[in-house]
Amino acid sequence: MNGVLVPIQNCTVDMIRIKCPYCGERDHSEFTYGGDASIKYPALDAPESEWTKAIFFRENIRGMQKETWHHTNGCRLWLEVERSTITHEIKSVKACHPQIEKITKNKS
Amino acid sequence: MTSVRKEKYGKINRDKVLGFTWDNKEYFGYEGDSLASALLANNIKIVGRSFKYHRPRGVMSCGVEESGALVTIGSGSKADPNVRATTQELYSGLIAKGQNAFPNVNYDFGGINNYLSRFFAAGFYYKTFMGLPPFEWGKGTGIWMIFEKIIRKAAGMGKASREPDPDNYEHANDFCDVLVVGSGPAGIAAAQEVAKKKLDVILIEQDSILGGNNLSEAEFDASLLHNQLESSGIRVMSRTTAFGVYDNNVVGALERVTDHIPNPNSKLPRQRFWTIRAKHIILASGALERHVAFNNNDIPGVMTVNASRHYLNRYGILTGNNIVITTNNDSVYQTALELQEAGSKVTILDSRKNVNLDLPKEIDVHLNTLPFSINGRKKIEGLDVCKATDKNNKNTIICDQVLISGGWSPIVNLVSHRGIKPIWNQENLCFVPGDIKENITVVGSANGIWNKNDCIESGLVGANEAMNTLGFHKKEISFPSVGGWLNPIDTLFEVKSNKFPSKSFVDFQHDVTAEDVRLAHREGFISVEHLKRYTTLGMANDQGKMGNIIGLSLMAEQLDKTIPEVGTTVFRPPYTPVPIGALTGRNVGKHFRPLRVTPMHQWNIDHGAKMIEVGLYQRPWYYPKKNETLSDSYIRETTIVRKTVGICDVTSLGKIAIQGPDATELVNRIYTNPFAKLPIGKARYGIMLRDDGMVMDDGTSWRLGENEYFMTTSTAAAAKVMSWLEELLQTRWTDLKVNLTSVSEQWAGAAIAGPKSRDVLSECVLDSNEISNQNLPFMGVLQTKLKDGTPCRVVRISFSGELAYEMYIESDYAHGMMDILWESAKKYDGCLYGLEALGALRVEKGHVTAAELDGRVTIDDAGLGKMASTKKSYIGSAMRKRGVLNADDREMLVGFFPINEKETFNAGTIVCEKNNIQGQGIGRITSVTHSPELGHWIGIGYVNGGLDSWKDVTLVGADPVRNKQMEIKVVSPHMIDPEGKRMYA
Ligand SMILES: [Zn+2]
Repeated sequence: MNGVLVPIQNCTVDMIRIKCPYCGERDHSEFTYGGDASIKYPALDAPESEWTKAIFFRENIRGMQKETWHHTNGCRLWLEVERSTITHEIKSVKACHPQIEKITKNKS
Repeated sequence: MTSVRKEKYGKINRDKVLGFTWDNKEYFGYEGDSLASALLANNIKIVGRSFKYHRPRGVMSCGVEESGALVTIGSGSKADPNVRATTQELYSGLIAKGQNAFPNVNYDFGGINNYLSRFFAAGFYYKTFMGLPPFEWGKGTGIWMIFEKIIRKAAGMGKASREPDPDNYEHANDFCDVLVVGSGPAGIAAAQEVAKKKLDVILIEQDSILGGNNLSEAEFDASLLHNQLESSGIRVMSRTTAFGVYDNNVVGALERVTDHIPNPNSKLPRQRFWTIRAKHIILASGALERHVAFNNNDIPGVMTVNASRHYLNRYGILTGNNIVITTNNDSVYQTALELQEAGSKVTILDSRKNVNLDLPKEIDVHLNTLPFSINGRKKIEGLDVCKATDKNNKNTIICDQVLISGGWSPIVNLVSHRGIKPIWNQENLCFVPGDIKENITVVGSANGIWNKNDCIESGLVGANEAMNTLGFHKKEISFPSVGGWLNPIDTLFEVKSNKFPSKSFVDFQHDVTAEDVRLAHREGFISVEHLKRYTTLGMANDQGKMGNIIGLSLMAEQLDKTIPEVGTTVFRPPYTPVPIGALTGRNVGKHFRPLRVTPMHQWNIDHGAKMIEVGLYQRPWYYPKKNETLSDSYIRETTIVRKTVGICDVTSLGKIAIQGPDATELVNRIYTNPFAKLPIGKARYGIMLRDDGMVMDDGTSWRLGENEYFMTTSTAAAAKVMSWLEELLQTRWTDLKVNLTSVSEQWAGAAIAGPKSRDVLSECVLDSNEISNQNLPFMGVLQTKLKDGTPCRVVRISFSGELAYEMYIESDYAHGMMDILWESAKKYDGCLYGLEALGALRVEKGHVTAAELDGRVTIDDAGLGKMASTKKSYIGSAMRKRGVLNADDREMLVGFFPINEKETFNAGTIVCEKNNIQGQGIGRITSVTHSPELGHWIGIGYVNGGLDSWKDVTLVGADPVRNKQMEIKVVSPHMIDPEGKRMYA
C-alpha cells in the first residue's frame, strides 16, 4: 500500500488577485484554475465529433482570455475570469451560474 | 596595505566593543561595523580564496556586489556559507571562517591551481566532460566520471551544512500605496514627498541603517533619520532586500530579522519572506562602481574607490597608507581629497588626457595614465603604470593599495525582472532602465543620474508620478537628465597585458579573465547567453554585479560590434541570494502539508493500530498483536474477516449530500450505469467517466428520499469529484435544481465485514429485526438507531467479497459507535483490520482502487464494461469508444499468480513475454498481496489483450528497480468466490 502524494500549495510569491464576487479580493492560491470558459459543451447525446472539438481543440490566446476559476478554498463558486495571458491583468470576474451572477452582482 | 581605524571618523559606536572570531582567532570591532570593516580594522588582508585558482582575495567593495570577501558565518547546523562579509553586521560572538582554502586562506594548498591555470581556462568542465585532451579527446565522459568528484571538491566555494536547518522562517504579506526601494538621497526624497499626502508609504532598505550612498559622507548623520521618517508616517523596513519585482506590482522582499543578533529569541524567525503589493513602486536602488580589467587586478588591497570612502566615513577606517587611485571618470576626486586629509598619500591615475576640474594641488594627478599590472602576491607592493598613448613605457609606483573606478553601473536588475530591456547610454557608458509601462518609476543613480542634487530632484519626480497613479493632480516637472559629470567618462574597460596567460580578471568570484572571454569567442560562443554559460561570467551569488559590463565590452570588441548590439543577459530574481528556508517558510516538518485524522483516530490508536499516511489522511494500517510483523498481522486480519468478522475505519471516503428536485437527473448523468430508477432505500455502485471517456472515479450513491442522495467517493478522488460536480452544476447544467454539500467530515464510517457481520450488527442496533436479509438485502440502505439511541445509517455493501455492511454516524459519536461494534465483534472472535488487510481482501476479489483507476484506463480496460449503459447518455459516453480506445490489444484488468508459489512480487512490476524482457513489456502489476485463502502471493494489474490472449502462457514479471525477476501467469482478477455467493448470503 502506498500513500498518495498530494500537491502542496506553492510557497513562492503570489501575483494574481481575483475579486471573487462573493468573498472579495483574494490571492490566486485560494483558487484552482479550471479551463477555457468560452467552450460550449455539447449535449450528452451529441456525436463524438462535436465532443472531440469541445475537449481537445483549444485556442492559444495571446491577450485577454475567458477562463474558469474555482474558489476552492473559499465560497466554492465557479467564476468566469477575463485575464490577460501576457500581463495577468484581470479585466472582469463573475459567477459562472447566471442565477448566482445576478445575486452577487446586486450584492457588490 | 595597512588599514587602520581612525579616531573621529565614522558612524560606529565606539562605546560598544564587540568580540568576534575569524578563522579561530579572536578579534574586536565596534557596534555598527560590518564583518568586512571589522576585519579591515584588524588589518586582515586575505579573507578568501578564489573559486578556481585559489588566489588570495581581500575585501573589494562595501556592499552586495562583493565578490572577494565571501565567508562562512556560524558553525554546525547553523553554518551559512558564501556570506558577503561586507553586508554581514558584526555582533558579539560572531564566528566567521574563510572558505575554499586548506588549511586556511593565508596558506592554501589549492593555490597550486594558480600555476596550472592554463588547464583551467573557460569551458574547462565542458572539455573534461568530452574526454581529457589529448588522450581521450572526443572519447566521452570516462575521465570526467573519475575526476568529477575531485574537481567539485577542489573548486567549490563554502560548504553548506548537511544537518537540517534549525532556524524558523516566516511568510508575510503587506499592502501599501507607494513602495520605495532604497534609502539613498533619491529614495528618501521620494518617500518624504509622497508621505506629505498622507499616503501609505513603505520604504525598504537592505542595509541596517538608512542613507544609501549618503553614508559615504563624513557630515551625514544617520542616527535620527529612521525616527524622522517614521514620524512622518513612513513605514520603514531596514535589513530588508527587495529581491524581485513581479506581475501586478508585487515585490518580493527578504527581511533579515535576527541575522545580526547574538542570541536571538528562539520564537523569532531568522528571516521573513515578504510579498508586498504596492499601487506604485519607486525604485531608488542606486548604482555600483565597477572596476577595470588589468593584470593582477585582484591582489588583496584592490578595492573600488567609493568603497574606500564608505570605510573612512561610515566605519572610520583608512584602508591604505599609500594609495593609488585609477579612474576614467570624475567621481573619485572628492574621495581622494578625503583620504589624503585622513593621512594617506594619494596618487591619481586618470586615463583621460584632459580633465577640466580644479585638481587638488596636494594630490599627485597623472593624466593620460593607465594601471598596467599590480606587483605582489598576497599584498600589493607596487603598481606598474603606463601612458594611455604608449603602453611600452612603464613606471612602477610603490603603494600598498590600488583603488579602481571604471565607471558606474545603475542597478537595473529590478526593472529587468519586469521584462524591460535596459538601454545602453554611450555617453555615460552604462545601461539605464528602458521604457516602463507599469506603475514603476526608477529614480536617482539607478536611472544613471550622478549628482546628489539631481538625484533628490528625480526622487521628487518619482513621487509626483506615484501620486498621479493614486489620483493626485500631476505637476509639470521633468526628470533631470542622465549623467551629470563635468568631464565625459573615458572608454576604459581593460588594459591589455602582453603576458599570457594574463591575470586580468573580469569576474572575480568565478575567476573569469579577459583571456577567457576571448577564448570563448574563438571557440564560437558569441551570444552573451552562451558566453555566460561557457565562461561562468556573471554567475554565482554576485550575478555579475561588478564584471558583466566589462565582459560585454570585451565581447563587443571581439565581434567588432557595439555593446548594445551584443546585448546583455537577462537579470532574473533574486537580486541577492534568498535562502531556500525562507522560500519554504513554515512549510517544513509536520507543517509540510496538512494532516487529516478521522474522528476515531484516537480510538484506533488506543486499540493498537499502527497508522499510515494515505494522501493527507492518517489511517489504521494494521493492528499487531504481540510481536507481530506487518505481514503476520494483515494475514491474520484477512483470515479472520473471511472466517468470522472484522471492523475497519473507512471514514476517509469522500461523502457528498446531493439534494434537490433534480438530484436523480444529476446522478443519472454522471454515472455510466442507470440510476434513474434506483428505489428509495437502495444504494448502487457506480463508475464516473471524464469528458474524454476515461474512468474518473468509482463510488456508491444511496437514495435516501425522493430528492436526496448520499454519495461516497474514493478517498483519493474525494476533492476532485466534489469540484467536478460543482463545475457541472454551475457552468454546464445551470438549469438543474440540485444542491451539493461536502459531508466527508460530518460522517464517520466503519465497515463490518465477514460471515458473522449480520450477527454483530443485529446486536448493535435498537431493533435487530431491521438487519435481516429480507429487510436489508444486498445494497439495501437503512436509517436507524444504534442501541444507545444514536441515529446512524447502514448500507449493505461489500468491498471484501464477504457479507458486509458499512455504518455511518455523526462524527462526534464515532467513538461510541466503535465501542458498540467492537464489543459485539469480540464475542464472535472478530478483529479490527487496517488498510493492509482491506487491500488484501479487495485484491483477492479483483476490486479496483486508485492504483488501477489511474486516469489512463477506460471502463472496458478495468473490466467493468457491463456497467456502461447503452440506453442512456452520460458524461463520457460519446467518447469512451473513440478511435484507439476500441483496439483489441488494449490493456485489460487481470489477476497474476506466481508460477512458483513461494515467489513474491511488487506493485510496479512490468509484465513481459519470456523471450522479450524490455521496454514497457505487455502489461503491469498495480496491486499485490499475500492471499491467505490461496496460500501464495497474488496481484492484479493490466495486460495487453487481457486474459484471453495470455491464458496458460508463462510470462515474466520484471522488476528492474528492485533487481528482481519471476515467472508469472495471468488469471481472472476474481480470484475468490467469483460468483459472489458470500456477499449475497
Ligand atoms: Zn469566493
